[in-house]
Amino acid sequence: MSEPIDEELVLDGNAVAGALSEIYGDDMTTVLAECASCGQVDPIGGLVAFVHAPGIVLRCTACATVIIRIVHTPKRTLVDVQGKRIPQPPTGT
Amino acid sequence: MKRTLEWQIATVTAIKPETAEVTTLTLRLPDWTAHRPGQHYDIRLTAEDGYAAQRSYSVASEPERTGEVDITVERIPDGEVSPFLLDTVVVGDRFEVRGPIGGYFVWDGSVGGPLLLVAGGSGVVPLMAMLRHRAAARVSAPARLLYSARTYEQIIYGPELDMLVGQNGLKVSYTLTRQQPPGWKGYGRRIDDAMLRDVSAPLGQDVLAYVCGPTALVEVAADGLERVGLPADRIRTERFGPSGT
Amino acid sequence: MPEKFVTRGFVGRRESAGTQANRIPPGQHLVKDFPVLSAGPTPRTDLAKWTFGIEGLVKEPAQWRWSEFQKLPAQEFVKDISCVTKWTKLDTHWRGVSLDILLEHVELDRRAAFVTAFSDGGYTTNAPLPELIDGQAFVAYGYEGKPLAPEHGGPARLVVPHLYFWKSAKWIRGLRVMDKDVPGFWESLGYNNHGDPWKEERYTGD
Repeated sequence: MSEPIDEELVLDGNAVAGALSEIYGDDMTTVLAECASCGQVDPIGGLVAFVHAPGIVLRCTACATVIIRIVHTPKRTLVDVQGKRIPQPPTGT
Repeated sequence: MKRTLEWQIATVTAIKPETAEVTTLTLRLPDWTAHRPGQHYDIRLTAEDGYAAQRSYSVASEPERTGEVDITVERIPDGEVSPFLLDTVVVGDRFEVRGPIGGYFVWDGSVGGPLLLVAGGSGVVPLMAMLRHRAAARVSAPARLLYSARTYEQIIYGPELDMLVGQNGLKVSYTLTRQQPPGWKGYGRRIDDAMLRDVSAPLGQDVLAYVCGPTALVEVAADGLERVGLPADRIRTERFGPSGT
Repeated sequence: MPEKFVTRGFVGRRESAGTQANRIPPGQHLVKDFPVLSAGPTPRTDLAKWTFGIEGLVKEPAQWRWSEFQKLPAQEFVKDISCVTKWTKLDTHWRGVSLDILLEHVELDRRAAFVTAFSDGGYTTNAPLPELIDGQAFVAYGYEGKPLAPEHGGPARLVVPHLYFWKSAKWIRGLRVMDKDVPGFWESLGYNNHGDPWKEERYTGD
């Protein structure tokens, strides 16, 4: 049973739609993501998102394995895609 | 559809209190694009010294209202942004926005129905955009809203929902989880499988469900809808933080 | 950097530093609350199954169960902490075991140069061994007089106050002693490998 403060931290891919749109040049929330660990498939909009952190982390809804990580620095945005079926971001990000 | 998201400067043209802790701001956008109900805008507030805060707010209004969007903001005690939007912002103020954003948690008439909307607290905001659009576009597929709030006074858009009920077959069920007024005939408990079965069964097998609210409610409702027979790919969810995101 | 549009009347929730200004690293602002930042769900490890270990380039790995860890000599620490997301909190009170004490229980290989800290949930962070000894780091299980809350890293977390707080791994389960420096969870995606707040080493290349 999660405590209230934990609930507030847990959002979903919808909350990250703007950041992903900037990176990919298009809305990504309907793109299907497959967890590389357990095989669960969810649209990116439905992935669990942790946004109160030094970066953004999208995780599998079934096993919490990392699927996408995003870090914004003043000079660039870095993206690490660990899930399957998700296109790599365009180069130059 | 590729479109670059750019920041633009929105102007507040109206402020409307909805409940004691919730207020709607109308924002006129110089570069307005029709949104799909369920989408949101990011807003960015910048202090003199460059310190910036960014939040996302679902659009509450229907795309048929052109040139402007409504955002409905709930006060978060000790929050950084919501007290500013509710206490400091006046008509004429401007701030940066970017959008509309989102492609997953969206519905419009072309998607079809029947439609089941499940709202927890301020999670009703994007669902209200769907219902306002449904009314404006005269969509005939049946729709039902199950709206969970703590108390009667905390129901947002109550009078408008009363007016929409019955139009094109919309039904609204409320559940008040903390306190019910005398004579209350709606539900009076947290959402559970029995309640979800009650509201979804009359809508049939083709129903599309959208669930929005705090994470705990979204998980209970989405899991419950699956248990009462909805296929997982016909259930879409959006988790809200305390106020939007 | 695009020209900023200043929002009338917005200041954000920041405390005035006042007389404490010299204790706040560059680019940071003071907070009175304790923000919760997490890269993943809060683990709920059963204390009966919890262990803390030191492994890797040591003659014999060491491991403690919770009850054993509680018996190690513990201290009270009062430290200022700074998060790379720009908040700084002064005079935080911790209770825990110094890494100096923990490292007494192992014999370091002469190649030992770096440490990777690893946590429940898969989080890792890295630091050179010399930055974690001589009183610079501890494993904390108490905060402000109470057991460390799960959202803040309980039952136990690493605390390395002289570096940005992402290095103070929550839910720590052990240290791996290595001869190589392996960038951890955030260090491998744009964050500085070292992380000194007084030199504003936030990002790679700073």
